[in-house]
Amino acid sequence: MDIFLQQILNGLVLGSIYALIALGYTMVYGIMGLINFAHGEVVMFGAMVTISVITALTGAGVDLPGVVLVLIGLLVAIPACMLLGYVIERVAYRPLRGAQRLAPLITAIGLSIVLQQVAILIWGRNYIPFPQILDHDTVEFFGASITKLQIVIIVLCIAIMAGLLMMVERTKLGRAMRATSQNPSVAGLMGVNVNTIISTTFVIGSALGAIAGVMVATNYDQAHYYMGFMIGLKAFTAAVLGGIGNLGGAVAGGLLLGIIESLGAGYIGTLTGGFLGSHYQDIFAFIVLIAVLIFRPSGLLGEKMADRA
Amino acid sequence: MTKALDTNKKVGLFLIAAVVLAVLPFIVGNTLGNSWIRIIDFALLYVMLALGLNIVVGFAGLLDLGFIAFYAVGAYTYALLGSPHFGLHLPFYITIPLGALFAALFGILLGTPVLRLKGDYLAIVTLGFGEIIRIFMNNLNAPVNITNGPQGINLIDPINVGGLSLGKALQVGGTSLNSVYLYYYMFLALTVLVVIMAWRLQHSRIGRAWVALREDDIAAAAMGINIRNIKLLAFALGALSGGVAGGLFASFQGFISPESFGLLESIMILAMIVLGGMGHIPGVILGAVVLTIAPEVLRDVIGPLQMKTFGRMLIDPENARMLLFGLALVVMMLVRPEGMWPSKRRKAEFEDAKEAAAQKG
Amino acid sequence: MAEALLKIEGIHKRFGGLHALNNVGLTINKGEVYGLIGPNGAGKTTLFNVLTGLYQPDEGTFTFNGRDLFRAKPHVVVSAGIARTFQNIRLFAEMTALENVMVGRHIRSKAGALGAVLRNKGTMEEERSIRSKAMELLAYVGIADVAEERARNLSYGHQRRLEIARALATEPMLLALDEPAAGMNPRETDELKGLMHKIRDGGVTILLIEHDVKLMMDLCDRIAVLDYGKKIAEGVPEVVRKDPKVIEAYLGAAHA
Ligand SMILES: Nc1ncnc2c1ncn2[C@@H]1O[C@H](COP(=O)(O)OP(=O)(O)OP(=O)(O)O)[C@@H](O)[C@H]1O
Ligand SMILES: [Mg+2]
Repeated sequence: MDIFLQQILNGLVLGSIYALIALGYTMVYGIMGLINFAHGEVVMFGAMVTISVITALTGAGVDLPGVVLVLIGLLVAIPACMLLGYVIERVAYRPLRGAQRLAPLITAIGLSIVLQQVAILIWGRNYIPFPQILDHDTVEFFGASITKLQIVIIVLCIAIMAGLLMMVERTKLGRAMRATSQNPSVAGLMGVNVNTIISTTFVIGSALGAIAGVMVATNYDQAHYYMGFMIGLKAFTAAVLGGIGNLGGAVAGGLLLGIIESLGAGYIGTLTGGFLGSHYQDIFAFIVLIAVLIFRPSGLLGEKMADRA
Repeated sequence: MTKALDTNKKVGLFLIAAVVLAVLPFIVGNTLGNSWIRIIDFALLYVMLALGLNIVVGFAGLLDLGFIAFYAVGAYTYALLGSPHFGLHLPFYITIPLGALFAALFGILLGTPVLRLKGDYLAIVTLGFGEIIRIFMNNLNAPVNITNGPQGINLIDPINVGGLSLGKALQVGGTSLNSVYLYYYMFLALTVLVVIMAWRLQHSRIGRAWVALREDDIAAAAMGINIRNIKLLAFALGALSGGVAGGLFASFQGFISPESFGLLESIMILAMIVLGGMGHIPGVILGAVVLTIAPEVLRDVIGPLQMKTFGRMLIDPENARMLLFGLALVVMMLVRPEGMWPSKRRKAEFEDAKEAAAQKG
Repeated sequence: MAEALLKIEGIHKRFGGLHALNNVGLTINKGEVYGLIGPNGAGKTTLFNVLTGLYQPDEGTFTFNGRDLFRAKPHVVVSAGIARTFQNIRLFAEMTALENVMVGRHIRSKAGALGAVLRNKGTMEEERSIRSKAMELLAYVGIADVAEERARNLSYGHQRRLEIARALATEPMLLALDEPAAGMNPRETDELKGLMHKIRDGGVTILLIEHDVKLMMDLCDRIAVLDYGKKIAEGVPEVVRKDPKVIEAYLGAAHA
């Protein structure tokens, strides 16, 4: 088996999921200039709700193909997460718009904690296995293997991201979003309803988050109330890597981070002569994050910005 | 005349506070029991930690979400040099200063790469540093066992002051003073030192430079403040207090593991500052005490209360506590973002901001 | 022959595609009031930022009082003796007026963290002298009565003066003022003029950006004109004023 190619494939799967979540961070940042710390929890809720729906359906004896069950789960999870995103913005961010920077950060952290605890109340503290309804057939690919499910994940991510980019570039809503992100007060003067645009941004980001959550759960075969933290942090890193506020950047950053992480985990043992093993996988994202912020804070595709004196 | 009166009042208040603090463990021990003295000991540790972080966040305005790393450095330094793990049993007057020094060095080490970052970005990167350090603590047990991994380090030496071990009860006359009493006085003494240090720093040339940095870093640079040094000084001095608290924690607890140094702990300390009153030493102390005591009170209340009202446990007390903590953060930021006990200046600042927002909206 | 205090040559500064400073060179002599004018966006403030270390120039040379300050950090520039004010006032808004000026003493004092914590005699004495010097400077610029007010609550004219006092606290040899009279009424402008005379007579060289042409003619010994990042004229006010290139730049800008 070709380790290099295998890690690249794994990285692409991971990376496309990161990208999907990163879009949520980057859209909100682009429009409001704040990091939505609670986004990871939306992803977690997406996964949890879908699993609950599927379990309920199979428990009730509904006999449908796995894919259909997942789709039904998503049909519940997506609106639920959209609602969640809407509520988060209304409750935690809108009243604080224009407040000191620290306040929204603390509310967001508080909200993350609340959402995690609510998840514990509903689903408990244990790992929840993803129901075994999808087949995990693998396809051989130049000596590396990938499951059909993973191919679906990649294709779906690309399709969704392309759709989003098109919407932002071509539609009226997209134009209003871009105008708001450039200058909210001017956009407001020109008749854009800024509040609606911000809400919409949260809602769209949350829908993407819900889908990503399900992908994470199927890919790792489980979900957990705390899963949003790490995945959220990595997706945020992806957004920064690509240039925060830049949609194409989030996609590129996500894919790149996924690949870096997979290759890193695959080779760290050899590179350090066995001193550090693959359980250090999680530090790659942090190292990338720190390196980008230090050497190129505007990200790969972001414009270079200077402090105006 | 009024000034003299004021001073008299201050001296009076000071004396009362001193007496109360001196007898506090006896009052608490006789009414609520020793377990509550233990909680108060922890409150003192958190006061030290919060005052340390307050130097970084409150004075210098640098958002740090990985502060617990310095607590960890202090704790591990003490534990590794004073436990059977390496068979070293160095005395506390070496291990605690050494831990503080290492923590300060870590503060500089981690501060250097993030000098250019501000606000949320700085928060996320420091969070990342905190996590990296935790991942290392968890995994540095192989191939060479340094930290003993997730199992942590056990049987850490208690502090021993000139033959008197704080880990054992002290027999005075007919009565015996439990270890938690002895640690109380030790922690109190160091807390007072940290308070004095923070207070004096705040009202000095350095403290002014931090405020200048916080308010407008470009103007501060243009006034000749060396931005790099003043930031690193804040990181180092904040970390120093964290390191001291960490060493004390290790000796008090006798056992440490990476679990005690997670992100949630960092958030907790930040919350103490923010909910107490950022930059305001009395507020920060209040925040630390309230956030240490309140969860313990809740622990005692939530369970029985549920049993009484519903006849069974609807929600597990740990869960309820965290839920309330999260809600408290959100609600506080929405209704009283300046904290419970802000400085006058800070309060005015928030009122100005509110006014400006009201005029705009 | 006048003695040069500041000398720059061939300074370039680019922002992406924008050439904000294009081969700018100038010499400021000890004791003079040197004016810098030019249409909006000409690069005047950018030049200030380069001279005070806030921006790093791409090319050129920069010496001040015999020291090489090319790409020096802001605090090095200040300690060498250049202080400035900002076009869009940048006071420490929540500090009192007095504290603002005390911050200006930072570079001329040296108590460190240890001194602050131990409060030894030297530190306490230094602190007292910082305070009294700051008070003196507030009186010097005429706002001693608002010493305990928070800077954000001061009137516009007082804020401008406070910024000057804060800059003077660093004991500069060259004081660079970016549009200090902007937004002032004629009476305030007149008082400001008096203050600048006083500062110059106290031996401080002044570099001044101002749009008010009459004020510049009155105050400055020499004037340089920037346009699109280039120095297009330099000399005594009467000559610069009649320079066709200068007239063209202003008219062109007005008609554009
Ligand atoms: N940090 C920066 N990044 C990008 N462009 C900048 C930056 N600072 C200045 N500029 C640009 O450089 C040019 C010169 O600006 P500058 O502020 O120096 O003009 P000025 O002569 O001071 O004008 P004014 O009279 O309006 O104050 C402008 O086009 C400005 O937009
Ligand atoms: Mg200007």
